[in-house]
Amino acid sequence: MTVLAVRRLHVPFWPTVGLAAVAWLVAWFVNLPLANWAAYDLLALEEGSQLGDAVAFFVYDVPKVLLLLSAAVTVVSFLRTFISPERVRHLLAGRRAVPGTMAAAGVGAVTPFCSCSSVPLFIGFVEAGVPLGVTFAFLVASPLVGPVPVILIWGLFGPLVTLAYIASGLTIAVLAGLVIGRLNLERYIEDYVWKIRMGASVEQAPLTFEDRLRDAWLQTRAIVRRVLPFVVVGIGIGAAIHGFVPEELVVAVGGRDNPLAVPALVLLGVPLYLDAAGTLPIVEALVGKGLPLGSALAFMMAVVALSLPELVILRRVMKPRLIVVFVAVVATGILLVGFGFNVILA
Amino acid sequence: MKKIEVLGPGCANCARLEANTREALGLAGVEAEITKVTDYADIMGYGIMSTPGLVIDGKVVSYGRVPSAGDIAVWLAE
Repeated sequence: MTVLAVRRLHVPFWPTVGLAAVAWLVAWFVNLPLANWAAYDLLALEEGSQLGDAVAFFVYDVPKVLLLLSAAVTVVSFLRTFISPERVRHLLAGRRAVPGTMAAAGVGAVTPFCSCSSVPLFIGFVEAGVPLGVTFAFLVASPLVGPVPVILIWGLFGPLVTLAYIASGLTIAVLAGLVIGRLNLERYIEDYVWKIRMGASVEQAPLTFEDRLRDAWLQTRAIVRRVLPFVVVGIGIGAAIHGFVPEELVVAVGGRDNPLAVPALVLLGVPLYLDAAGTLPIVEALVGKGLPLGSALAFMMAVVALSLPELVILRRVMKPRLIVVFVAVVATGILLVGFGFNVILA
Repeated sequence: MKKIEVLGPGCANCARLEANTREALGLAGVEAEITKVTDYADIMGYGIMSTPGLVIDGKVVSYGRVPSAGDIAVWLAE
């Protein structure tokens, strides 16, 4: 069998996995000294100078974000092989509003889906009889509290900010689901959606652990390649902010004393399609310059939860009014989080 | 001649699946006609929500993942 011969040519599995894990850890720990050496010794830039700090930020952050991202996407893709939206929709069908919405937000957080799947996902949920509010809780929670932003935030901002982010993200998803559920907006779903009938559910051949990890790795490679330019641009902007933007300016424009800062950041976040991996380094640099945490959280959430391309995709299944309500409800939640944390931590 | 359908709206993963499928045809030495199914209603008619999906002779063999050319070749040989 030619097929079997081809399969045997694969590299030995476990040694490769072990080697990759060790390489990841080594890269993680040598990154900071290496970056400082590159900026201050190799390029002979002065420590504490504007250019020196900007360059050091850049050469430190690019590998760091790429390492975090590859770890995050590997985890996501691995999870994805266990939990499928096909199974989840039956879990959520016919639940009552409050428990259903909470379950949807929780399940959504651990059921990542590719944004090109959001249309079939929406149709499939509606078809299975999952209430609209419950469906929205899932649609909001999955990108917002998914492993990719969470792991990146953990790596860049530490555990406390991550917990604040997860808690507020889940709260927004649940409240948005409850509000949308109460508004009875079913008539603003595109009519053709109601006519689609899904075929009987199918089982695919069971995956081995190797299959799952290999899937995860291939997915990671593809995604990291795709977002690499966004990451480099984002970190470039972050580095420029880190080196050249004076702290007084960030505090004056984005600080607590400017009541328009949080809404402006949320508005800015919607069209900004840098991807979470490209945006977070910018936020990291701004927080380093004194941007309050609430404003930073609001900006991150707006970028992740309300992206223009995603809204364009959702337009295929929702009439404009439903999109507007969705954006308004989620944006309100994000604003409350922003203002709330700014007040609590003041 | 086998009939193969690649289900997906045309995202990056769908393109990868199609490339792997073409490679698998060479590996398995099988001739097949590959059709791309991009309409959501048609895709969901197969009972799947997560794209991309792969259908060989009317049977869904994989969805929500991009199987390797080797995997696909094994299914083609069955």
